[in-house]
Amino acid sequence: MTIAAVTPARTLRVLLFAAAVLLLVLCLAPLAGPSPLDLRKAWSGQWPDAQVYFAVRWPRTLLAALAGGALASAGVLFQALLRDALATPFTLGVSSGASLGAVLAIVLGWQSAAGLPALWVASFAGAALVLALVLSISADGRRLSSFTLLLSGVTINAIVMSVIMLLHSTATVSQSFAIVHWLMGGIEPLPYSALAALAAIILPTSLALCALARHWNLLSVGEEWAASRGASPNRLLLVGYLAGSLLTASVTAVTGPIGFVGLLVPHALRLRLGGDHRLLLPASFLFGAAFLVVCDTAARSLFAVEIPVSVLTALVGGPFFIALLKGKRKSLWL
Amino acid sequence: MDPFFETRALTMRYGAAEVLSSVSLSFPRAEMVSLTGPNGAGKSTLLGIMAHLRRGFSGECLFRGKPVSSWARAEFARRVAFVPQALRIDFPFTAEQVVLMGRTPYAGGLFETPQDWTAVERALLLTDTAAFRHRDFRSLSGGERQRVVLASALAQDPEALLLDEPTSFLDLEHQLSIYRLLRRLVDDQHILVIAVTHDLNLAATFSHRVLALKHGRLLADAAPCDALSAQRIREIFAVDAEWVHRADGRPWITFSS
Repeated sequence: MTIAAVTPARTLRVLLFAAAVLLLVLCLAPLAGPSPLDLRKAWSGQWPDAQVYFAVRWPRTLLAALAGGALASAGVLFQALLRDALATPFTLGVSSGASLGAVLAIVLGWQSAAGLPALWVASFAGAALVLALVLSISADGRRLSSFTLLLSGVTINAIVMSVIMLLHSTATVSQSFAIVHWLMGGIEPLPYSALAALAAIILPTSLALCALARHWNLLSVGEEWAASRGASPNRLLLVGYLAGSLLTASVTAVTGPIGFVGLLVPHALRLRLGGDHRLLLPASFLFGAAFLVVCDTAARSLFAVEIPVSVLTALVGGPFFIALLKGKRKSLWL
Repeated sequence: MDPFFETRALTMRYGAAEVLSSVSLSFPRAEMVSLTGPNGAGKSTLLGIMAHLRRGFSGECLFRGKPVSSWARAEFARRVAFVPQALRIDFPFTAEQVVLMGRTPYAGGLFETPQDWTAVERALLLTDTAAFRHRDFRSLSGGERQRVVLASALAQDPEALLLDEPTSFLDLEHQLSIYRLLRRLVDDQHILVIAVTHDLNLAATFSHRVLALKHGRLLADAAPCDALSAQRIREIFAVDAEWVHRADGRPWITFSS
């Protein structure tokens, strides 16, 4: 199998195409929904169309885009750091930490903290706690290896999940409903100020990761490989783990865990574009954003009742990915 | 100028096992050095320390008069390249992309400069790998991979090249062509080449100098005919060997079975 070389021209071409797809999806998504919408009324500020269009559908679409982009980027990154094709943004326990925080907030009945919804604050704190725990277990002095990071992350993940189940088993029926609802994940409209804050975390972090693309290439081959080509694997692992966790935690705190985006988008793009992160990382952000917007739009407009977006990411994405895999298998040595 | 490498009383322990004991060596010249010895003799450990990949040793390992650990990694990678024994890659990179990674220590930006491409083209040509440059690295044979990895190291444009069994998966033709290439790098470009090998005849044919380790101790450091004398080979490998002279007058080492 031959893979085209990653030149500046090809990178620009692919990214422009991806940006155009995302832009198109962004413009179309707010038009769809369970209730009909008159765009002219919306733009002239007439109620309820303007309300639905600007205060509900646009924020929701933008949140889906940010979340999809961040999760897909974090997926690419964790797969490279851990050299594990099955790694997702959730492998190292960041999302279960976030879930634990959220479940605690639900069970203890917290409403708000520091002027923000308690769910966000608690789940972000939970993610940070798990991150600190995983790092303190896997770091050996100043050394960090992807193998110990993977093992301690997976272990902490399992422990935290069982604590969540324990809390869940003690919850009342209404709390239990809230917990299940949170654990399924979902995109809900946010105030623009919260969206702006989220974008201020996600966009610079993702851009910074793209700037380090050549180093992720080295690390995705191996730690010695990276070290003998002038990179410091310890520092790269730490930076990558922190940045990927920041992306995952800030999204998960707001949306709950949304699965499959971080696994499927990176792999689908790797099949088409190859493993070079200079192209893979930004393309994953743009296509991940478009993918989640499409899934969320379908989730809220296909049926009379809204279905969880996580259901759709797997239900739509899974078969698509299998088809892609089947088509490429012969040339891929799978 | 300071010697390429210098080790002083280099000692390395893994737990209670001493894998290197007080190895002192100097590499003042660009020459072809073969490093040999039985399994577990400490060859890879020695090479790993010199390549700035292993820590936790006692004694000193200097490159150009400065301890390897005090070199900035990128600066070191522009001078010393390391070729691992076998490389497994899990993601779809082409052979060319693997070679391009050798230019990362020179990277100023996100994409390669014309100088980077010149170095890469040269490395592909020298290792006879240009024909499959656009193929997925994972689809290549063991020998093809080994040559691509060597090309990636050559793209670093190093002054010293450290190789851990560079020809273990190669067919006869490519074993010889890689050793010819290594020797040419020494003679024409004045690169120091240190290669771990189990093939004593390749070592004897192409090296200026042969080092032999056993149980972490340096047993031989001399020209091939001294380092690989029948008596030394018996000491090092516990095998009876005999030097015979081929029709073209070159020596050849045979082993009694």
